[in-house]
Amino acid sequence: MEIAIVKYNAGNIQSVLYALERIGATATVTDDLDVLRKADKIIFPGVGEASTAMQYLRERKLDQLIKELQQPVLGICLGMQLMCTHSAENDTVCLGIFEEYVQSFHSLKAGLPEAEQHNYKIPQMGWNTITDLRTPLFEGVPENSYCYFVHGYYAAIGPDTIATTDYLKPYSSALHRNNFYGVQFHPEKSAGVGEQILKNFIEKI
Amino acid sequence: MLTKRIIPCLDIKDGRTVKGTNFVDLRDAGDPVELGRLYAEQGADELVFLDITATVEKRKTLSELVNRISHQINIPFTVGGGISSVEDVSLLLQNGADKISVNTAAFKRPALIAELAKQFGSQCVVLAIDTRLEEDGEWYVYLNGGRTKTDRRCIDWAEEAVALGAGEILLTSMNHDGTKQGFALDITGTLANRLPVPVIASGGGGTVEHFVDVFQKAQADAALAASIFHFKEVAIPDLKNSLAASGIPVRIG
Repeated sequence: MEIAIVKYNAGNIQSVLYALERIGATATVTDDLDVLRKADKIIFPGVGEASTAMQYLRERKLDQLIKELQQPVLGICLGMQLMCTHSAENDTVCLGIFEEYVQSFHSLKAGLPEAEQHNYKIPQMGWNTITDLRTPLFEGVPENSYCYFVHGYYAAIGPDTIATTDYLKPYSSALHRNNFYGVQFHPEKSAGVGEQILKNFIEKI
Repeated sequence: MLTKRIIPCLDIKDGRTVKGTNFVDLRDAGDPVELGRLYAEQGADELVFLDITATVEKRKTLSELVNRISHQINIPFTVGGGISSVEDVSLLLQNGADKISVNTAAFKRPALIAELAKQFGSQCVVLAIDTRLEEDGEWYVYLNGGRTKTDRRCIDWAEEAVALGAGEILLTSMNHDGTKQGFALDITGTLANRLPVPVIASGGGGTVEHFVDVFQKAQADAALAASIFHFKEVAIPDLKNSLAASGIPVRIG
């Protein structure tokens, strides 16, 4: 099986590659449109800022390519957010694969009473639970499993939601539409739970 | 619910873990990759690898170690020690580090924090502060592994660094480090409540109760310790079970 990891200007892509190696899979990190088109599975990772990442994708025509992919695609963190319709991070139009909108934790925090605000650091950084798990992506993953999150923006709950996490309010920690999946957390850094989810993406989807 | 993090710290010298008491008298506690993996299996939430002998010549050795760690460890980890440029950080991140910590170099040239945040994002920029409570009742910043005093107050430097783009503060109290008498609750609490970013408390954790206190009384987001884990004085699974029993949200299982 050919697994391709989309190479672009966002984040720690090596970690995803090494996590795949730990579960016995190999992958190619590439921004070559032909290699991506022919791969059996695509992982679209990313940590960074939405508008810069979208601009980079457009310049290399990766935006159009990702939208047209027919094989299973897994977006991770910023990758998942870029697959949504729009991000409040610098008012960025995204790929529109998922119909959800990406919003800022800051606006939620500003709405809290002042005494409670210090309980919520932004970005959310650390381990939180995932619940209401759906699709084979989460096969064998117990409800309320812990995953590792680092993000200041979140996708709202919507028709594509397949996992929910609560920080300031419940939001989508995973999304699914057709052949596209996205997770807000970092499966490559989420210990055994994350490895199970990556394994499921490779074997069950 | 977002959980409080337990972070073992592995001080690295010549590819081996060491831990000093009040930053001197180093003892050998094993291979960093093996030890890190053991901690990850036991339920550590993150790891910190601090290269205490980092020099320009050692940079390659460190990046090779980071590469080995990132291949074998499935939880996030931070690398620190002697980092002073965008190039240093780029090399470590390319080899799989999730975050880097800066200390003396950032104090001497605060623009480094802004450069790193712009290039790599605040989420991977940890500012480490070594601080000591002086007789005038103020906490001051120390540099060079605690050897050099500055006139800067800890809270002022922390606030400036966060404004520049530091995404997390790793706060070590030199008064408490190595004593196993408990964390510095006052300065940790001040930073945790004033800063919009997570604060990792370090220095002084010796018993389960000390960790309960730093989370409940000082609102730390994470707590870091070294020798008590290396020498098995506190086991991570026991620590986490006790924290959970005290009503503190922690990741178990």
